[in-house]
Amino acid sequence: MELLKLIWRNTLRHKLRSLLTAVGIAVAVLAFMLLRTVVTAWNAGVEASAANRLITRHAVSFVFPLPYAYRDRIARVPGVERVTFAVWFSGVYIDKNQFFARLAVDSNSFFDVYPEFLVPPDQLAAFKRERNACIIGSEIAQRYNLKIGDVMPLEGDIFPGRWEFVVRGIYRPRDKTTDPTSMLFHWQYLEEQARKEKSSREGQVGWYVSRITNPDEAGALSASIDALFANSRAETKTETERAFQQSFLSSMGSVMTAMDVMSFVIIGIILLVLANTMIMAARERTHEYAVLKTLGFTARHIFVLITGESLILSVIGSAIGLTVAFPAVEGFQNALPKGWFPIFYIEPRTIVFGTIAGVAVGLIAALIPARRAMSIRIVEGLRYIG
Amino acid sequence: MPPLIEIRNVSKSYRREKLEIPVLRNISLEIGAGDFVALMGPSGSGKTTLLNLIAGIDRPSAGSVVVAGTDLTELSEGELAEWRARHVGFIFQFYNLIPVLTAVENVELPLLLSGLDKPERREHAEAALAIVGLGDRMDHYPRQLSGGQEQRVAIARAIVTDPTILVADEPTGDLDKNSAEEVLGLMDRLNREIAKTILMVTHDPHAAERARSIRRLDKGELV
Repeated sequence: MELLKLIWRNTLRHKLRSLLTAVGIAVAVLAFMLLRTVVTAWNAGVEASAANRLITRHAVSFVFPLPYAYRDRIARVPGVERVTFAVWFSGVYIDKNQFFARLAVDSNSFFDVYPEFLVPPDQLAAFKRERNACIIGSEIAQRYNLKIGDVMPLEGDIFPGRWEFVVRGIYRPRDKTTDPTSMLFHWQYLEEQARKEKSSREGQVGWYVSRITNPDEAGALSASIDALFANSRAETKTETERAFQQSFLSSMGSVMTAMDVMSFVIIGIILLVLANTMIMAARERTHEYAVLKTLGFTARHIFVLITGESLILSVIGSAIGLTVAFPAVEGFQNALPKGWFPIFYIEPRTIVFGTIAGVAVGLIAALIPARRAMSIRIVEGLRYIG
Repeated sequence: MPPLIEIRNVSKSYRREKLEIPVLRNISLEIGAGDFVALMGPSGSGKTTLLNLIAGIDRPSAGSVVVAGTDLTELSEGELAEWRARHVGFIFQFYNLIPVLTAVENVELPLLLSGLDKPERREHAEAALAIVGLGDRMDHYPRQLSGGQEQRVAIARAIVTDPTILVADEPTGDLDKNSAEEVLGLMDRLNREIAKTILMVTHDPHAAERARSIRRLDKGELV
């Protein structure tokens, strides 16, 4: 018989109470993991931002286009290595519930500026050769069972008409923070159609992306680029990719902050649930702790007994919560409309934080009951009637 | 030969809010090794308090308590706990077994502090249970035992470390006549056969008759 056995038996003394406490902790840990994962997914674009990329958009709003002619002027700014551009195409694929990014890009420069989109060289070459070719993310290929050579028909909305693209490449994301759900096609193809229809969008792009030599000069370079187009019909606003992503997300910022705060409030709730259980358990055993002290056990032993029980409950509850979190996150993602969160996974740091929180809660919840049980005098404890 | 237990001018009082309540007044007492002493007296006379002071689970307000050459008033809480583990076996009125542990595990409990390894602890615990006649009840939980059996397990727990003194607070107070007789017979055997020093608090004159000497307390004073 070891002290550990006594701790374990004490944990199982009130099986229903222990079970409910462990389940409460598991549910709270699960909720914490889900909330953190949603917040992480929401901020994934910001996290994935490269420090050496600047985004130049219309000064008034992102929805206003910029002249194609800006490209060469931006490229000539000292410190700018490479410039590319893109247009938000939107459109409908199959039906309106199928959401993923569809962008018209400059096929010659886009993949130089975005090296995190990994395209096999032969596929990239095939894509560049064919005007109505497209490259799709690996997840889009998997989701719609698309292969090289398949045709993707899109119904245009911003750019009306029926558009047909041939899949010539499938990119893999370089890391977990890279969106695997984009569809990219030639801006020139879009431009040809605009010219044919004499559309007002002819010669226009959505935004420019510049790869710069030195990220430390991002501020100065942004100012230099914007100065080029000051007082023009289409003034620009240039900022780092991170700042651009953050401003893009700002409309939902307060909701995400609330979720962020809630995820930590949940940790506090776990603490209260467990502390309540441990206070009840320790109070019921006041007499037994006095008996143990009479036998020669010290306050330190009492601390170990109470803290050990608290840790067992918190670790079991946290382990269940962490284990269930993985299928739950997957189920949550499946339940959402496709494409809401292109990057949705439990971050390693969320797992680490959930684990640390579980252990810390176990320790902290035991402090009050352990302190009381340690300090109570033996004669008082022996007289105690619970 | 010096007495095993030497109490000199011991007083004890408790504070209830602003009131100072005296429980023991200037008690002096000596008990020799191998003695079996019954402490008797009416409720509130201070019997249990005196027992607690001798067992090192309470401290006097004044005076000294020397047991086996150690002045308990000079020990820290940690030292006192260690001293209790080595020198005192305690038998309670309501047995005070740990309900989630079996009989043998309850008896083994004090040995966790002894430094013995697991097989040795088990061997000692089984031997102690055999002495109290419960060799066939080792794996029973307290709820599966009668009151008399529980008290015998408690006695086994008290003697398993071979303590210097056994202190018993109303050990038969919760038992029927037959079980009480068994327990008293056991304590008598421990005193006569292995010369264990026993100090027993009791209300029961019949139980006190088993002791070699009886000391009476009244209103906190030895009479």
